[in-house]
Amino acid sequence: MSASILEENTASHETPGTPFHPPFAITPALEAEADERISHYPGNLRSATLPLLHIVQHHFGYISAAAIDWVAAKLDLEPIKVLEVVTFYPGFRQSAPGKFHIRVCRTLSCAMGGSHELMERLCELTGIDRSASDSHHHPISVSPCGKYSVEFAECLASCGTAPVCMVNDDFHEAVVPDKAEELLGKYPG
Amino acid sequence: MITYTKPPHPREHRLIFKNVDRVGWDPSIECYLRDGGYDQLKKALKMVPKDITEEVKKSGLRGRGGAGFPTGMKWTFIPPNNTKPVYLICNGDESEPGTFKDRYILHQDPHQLIEGMVIAAFAVGAKTAYIYIREEFPAAAQIVEKAIEEARAQNFVGANILGSGFDLEIYVHRGAGAYICGEETGLIESLEGKRPYPRIKPPYFPAALGLYMCPTIVNNVESLCHVKHIIEMGGDEYAKLGVARNTGTRIVCVSGDVKNPGYFEIQVGKVTMRELLYDLCGGPKDGREFKAVIPGGSSSKILRCDETFKLRNPDGSERELGFWDIPLDFDTLAACGSMAGSGGVIVMDNTRKMSWVLNNLNAFYAHESCGQCTPCREGSTWMRKISDRLVSGEATPEDVATLESVAYQIDGRTICAFGEASSWPVEAIIGKFREELLADTRPGLAEKPRNPEAEAQRRFLQPV
Ligand SMILES: Cc1cc2nc3c(=O)[nH]c(=O)nc-3n(C[C@H](O)[C@H](O)[C@H](O)COP(=O)(O)O)c2cc1C
Ligand code: SF4
Ligand code: FES
Repeated sequence: MSASILEENTASHETPGTPFHPPFAITPALEAEADERISHYPGNLRSATLPLLHIVQHHFGYISAAAIDWVAAKLDLEPIKVLEVVTFYPGFRQSAPGKFHIRVCRTLSCAMGGSHELMERLCELTGIDRSASDSHHHPISVSPCGKYSVEFAECLASCGTAPVCMVNDDFHEAVVPDKAEELLGKYPG
Repeated sequence: MITYTKPPHPREHRLIFKNVDRVGWDPSIECYLRDGGYDQLKKALKMVPKDITEEVKKSGLRGRGGAGFPTGMKWTFIPPNNTKPVYLICNGDESEPGTFKDRYILHQDPHQLIEGMVIAAFAVGAKTAYIYIREEFPAAAQIVEKAIEEARAQNFVGANILGSGFDLEIYVHRGAGAYICGEETGLIESLEGKRPYPRIKPPYFPAALGLYMCPTIVNNVESLCHVKHIIEMGGDEYAKLGVARNTGTRIVCVSGDVKNPGYFEIQVGKVTMRELLYDLCGGPKDGREFKAVIPGGSSSKILRCDETFKLRNPDGSERELGFWDIPLDFDTLAACGSMAGSGGVIVMDNTRKMSWVLNNLNAFYAHESCGQCTPCREGSTWMRKISDRLVSGEATPEDVATLESVAYQIDGRTICAFGEASSWPVEAIIGKFREELLADTRPGLAEKPRNPEAEAQRRFLQPV
């Protein structure tokens, strides 16, 4: 892999979560998974950008500059075309979350149900300091131990069972603030 | 007798949600086939594609994704002399706040959607179809992919489906957490591997130029499921459900301040607000009173529970309609100045402050604007900043007027309907709760410079 300008400009900063994710390395299995995805878009390689980024994020926790280079090479694109996708979509991350990444819904019905208080409880219990996060550039805050991270998400399409949240790929309903401890108990680390 | 883990309310009429929460039901194809699954596909494949579109037209089905556009009509917008490939896209982005229906179809009844899609693809001549599923539904993406494989194994998907000579591949495409991917042209850009910037209109429908600049039909998950039932019942019979121009059933999702929130499949226009909120949802929480309702997803204009509307009858005369008597259909809600939208009903009671509600929605739209058009990108951010001041007690009465004027400067001046989606909540909440918002402001603040630049300027400029 050629060292690219991306390396300098988009190198992701380390977080306490970094040790919980494997370093970027492409295995034959990943290569095959990527090729299978690419076959879903006959004649339109670029369409596989999001699917390939999902593969990367799923395996490595976040999308590094090396990963962007790999996706770009695979799809015959300039790396900037991949980078611009990564930076647009809130679902793609450029630095490591915790081992358990918690997304709490902040939108109206969940907010009425107490999701902002839930977020406060989760931060208290995990020692997360959200003061440096904002909704755009630094949406994720990681606990000092690296095991947990939190992020506010917009409506998760389960407003009737508010407040809701996701921990990695698991979905949890009716997590009132008092249930924060119980929720974390399911992910002891 | 079908039994349910969460029994449907007697006022419900379940077609699409027949299998949701059904005891003994699972998303496997065996289960679906035991229940007559794919019989309608067999029936449809014996029809002429044009006749399927005709049945869908007769059914009066209107899109359940937001705009309520007639589905059958949309299908006819594919240019007649087209020689390019045609694509069918199922919009499973489900990201309009307040909406939570497609979730249950994707997780619990994926074959209903696949059957509807194969029929729709056959009708419009699409050989490739994509199901765009929001990133936050990882389990649904797996369930649907498994279901597609099962359907392929039985030749309901793939080459020469059931010997009809019709080929169709269906793939799942996952989003990545951006609301704007629900807008159909944004969705198409996202499927092309780009930032989901909505496209400039015209063309107004991707049916003319869509995915890879080919004719593309985009329909919501629920809309595509209805197609199966239209084939089963016949367009005319289906049109008897619901009321004139607002036919069939639809899933209404209720959240917020009611005793029993949840999803209810009702005949369109056959249930009023009063019945929905008191009978189906059990009324307000103890000791509270209903205050306001957002009737069709967060982008629709809020209605006050004590409002009365002046509507025009077909003969030109006027009649009055109180909020509680509004039937839940497309046309009446539009006549009341709001919309049925995506079916997401968000209820607020007297414990809620409107400035807080407004600020929550402004934060959503400021976060989700794609940033292509200046009025939307800048306006949504300014609206959030002003309502931030409102909730922190730092706003002046003039701020309310400024907020309102910003909203009116977005509306109608943008590439996509997100502009309206972000400004309508502001216009409606200010229009209907102005006194309440003004009570949260502090007149004295007007004298104070509002930002560091203004403060610096004041220090260095000579007073006039
Ligand atoms: C900002 C915005 C967001 C939208 N989000 C969704 C969505 O999440 N799901 C959906 O089905 N339609 C959504 N739509 C509507 C789609 O653009 C499109 O009209 C719809 O998918 C067409 O399907 P239908 O005719 O079956 O309703 C959205 C529209 C706008 C302007
Ligand atoms: S209206 Fe907003 S969301 Fe739509 S294209 Fe313009 S900037 Fe993007
Ligand atoms: S508002 Fe939280 S799921 Fe919709």
